[in-house]
Amino acid sequence: MTGAPAMLSVNGIEVIYNHVILVLKGVSLIVREGGIVALLGANGAGKTTTLRAVSNLLKAERGEVTKGYIEYLGERIERLTPADLVKRGVVQVMEGRHCFAHLTVEENLLTGAYTRSGAETREGLERVYQYFPRLKERRGSQSGYTSGGEQQMTAIGRALMARPRMILLDEPSMGLAPQLVEEIFEIVKELNAKEKVSFLLAEQNTNIALRYAGYGYILENGRVVMDGEGAALAQNEDVKEFYLGFSAGGRKSFRDVKSYRRRKRWL
Amino acid sequence: MRKNWPVLALGAALLVGLALPLATGASSLGFYIEVLLGGLMTGVLYSLVALGFALIFKASGVFNFAQGAMVLFAALAVARLAEAVPLWLAIVLATAIMVALAWVIERVVLRPLVNQEGVTLLMATLGVTYFLDGFGQTVWGSDIYKIDLGIAKEPVMILEKLFEGGILVNKEDFLVAMVAAGLVAGLTLFFQKTATGRALRAVADDHQAAQSVGIPLNHIWVIIWSVAGFVALVAGVIWGSQLGVQFSLAQVALKALPVVILGGFTSIAGAIVGGLIIGVGEKMAEVFLGPVLVKAFDLAGGGIENWFAYVLALLFLLVRPEGLFGEKHIDRV
Repeated sequence: MTGAPAMLSVNGIEVIYNHVILVLKGVSLIVREGGIVALLGANGAGKTTTLRAVSNLLKAERGEVTKGYIEYLGERIERLTPADLVKRGVVQVMEGRHCFAHLTVEENLLTGAYTRSGAETREGLERVYQYFPRLKERRGSQSGYTSGGEQQMTAIGRALMARPRMILLDEPSMGLAPQLVEEIFEIVKELNAKEKVSFLLAEQNTNIALRYAGYGYILENGRVVMDGEGAALAQNEDVKEFYLGFSAGGRKSFRDVKSYRRRKRWL
Repeated sequence: MRKNWPVLALGAALLVGLALPLATGASSLGFYIEVLLGGLMTGVLYSLVALGFALIFKASGVFNFAQGAMVLFAALAVARLAEAVPLWLAIVLATAIMVALAWVIERVVLRPLVNQEGVTLLMATLGVTYFLDGFGQTVWGSDIYKIDLGIAKEPVMILEKLFEGGILVNKEDFLVAMVAAGLVAGLTLFFQKTATGRALRAVADDHQAAQSVGIPLNHIWVIIWSVAGFVALVAGVIWGSQLGVQFSLAQVALKALPVVILGGFTSIAGAIVGGLIIGVGEKMAEVFLGPVLVKAFDLAGGGIENWFAYVLALLFLLVRPEGLFGEKHIDRV
């Protein structure tokens, strides 16, 4: 993927919440056309904030990009509204699914096509049902009463209805059974291959994210501390130790863990 | 598990109360029906105001305290404009004013407060209420004005053959009922069947998610406040034509509060049914329960109309907080 042109580039952005809380301290990353890029890190590392900075949903949380800039297809996008960005093909799937609980599954999907014409909407609905046959079965149910996995599918399907070129996917594995997580990631891979949708994917589940992502960035305390090809990151000793739970000595019991055996080399 | 019995019990008690005057022979059928109709007509007016509340709450989760002030403002605008131009033109102009008002409210009040707590927004609409009350008088004056719909106000006697004395009805009342029915049908279709209506419901459920899929919140709010403004205008014109346009309109509009509690904050049908129940209930209580209280407890009687709605709403809050037709809060556990 390294050869493809950059679709989205985030350049040294700093994000401040409520005018005082500095959350991102200079994050830079690149998503290339057709890529799946993983954004990894623990709670509070700044993954979600980075995605929100791109999709411009920050303002609603009283956050603001104070330094740096974000380019999508060569255009500066920090000043656009979320709706403008959706029209340009960037959609965020928020952490925790955020389906419209009182709307049916199908109505949820239809809201995703708000920026699209009628014909595109009908065609989009067919396509989403192709990828998520489960949703077709449950199309008439109120979304609030569907399962977590179905809600995640609804959320992704809803984003798909906008015919995006890039989906910002926040924590798709949250609260789902491992098998479902696998299923969701398989669909992500399929969408990436068939629909040519690029993904920027925030995940805590480093293990699965690195299996599917072509490239990854690791965030700690609002900074990118490491980046590289997915496979290379998964082999990195530090990543193994701190994010994948393996160390040089193979599996170990947590009873024996007193302190980290390795120092984080990037600090 | 739905615990329906408290609601059923309350409903049964209301029905018994409704039937009692007839059953005990305290009233002739003709008079009873007149009271009933009177109550229904007042109820329709409550419903129209409640409709405005429900619309805004449904689409933005904001409890718009200013709905009553909007009714007054719209009525004042129509009344004063109608002095200079024909009534239909005055209504068109006033509609335009209400749309402009919606736009200004979105710009100045809602946009800076996006995603704030519900209480913050409630306080903001309280501010809007007082502003509109005052501003309306600044612009349009504070006298009592008339709106003349050009329909004969003389009551007509109908069904004289069926009852002794017949029933007195007002042509205007029928027009009001038709208008209300039309509004409700139109709004229901709009909400359920159109893409914009769907987007409005989506925004009501989850502001942020709606934004994330590209629904522009600002447009949606302008639309919904405009629609609420128009509903306020209809209510204002009808009420104004019956009671005269005056400051107390805004106060009467507060009766819409118990109506939305009864009907459910998010339901258009609920606003209508709730309005009718309260309209009929308080009229019946005033006319038939009042004298009973006077006799039984040697009270002064009267004034029941003023508190009946609120007591009913309170009971409803106890047994069914989401109202008759409100959306149930969905919790996944």
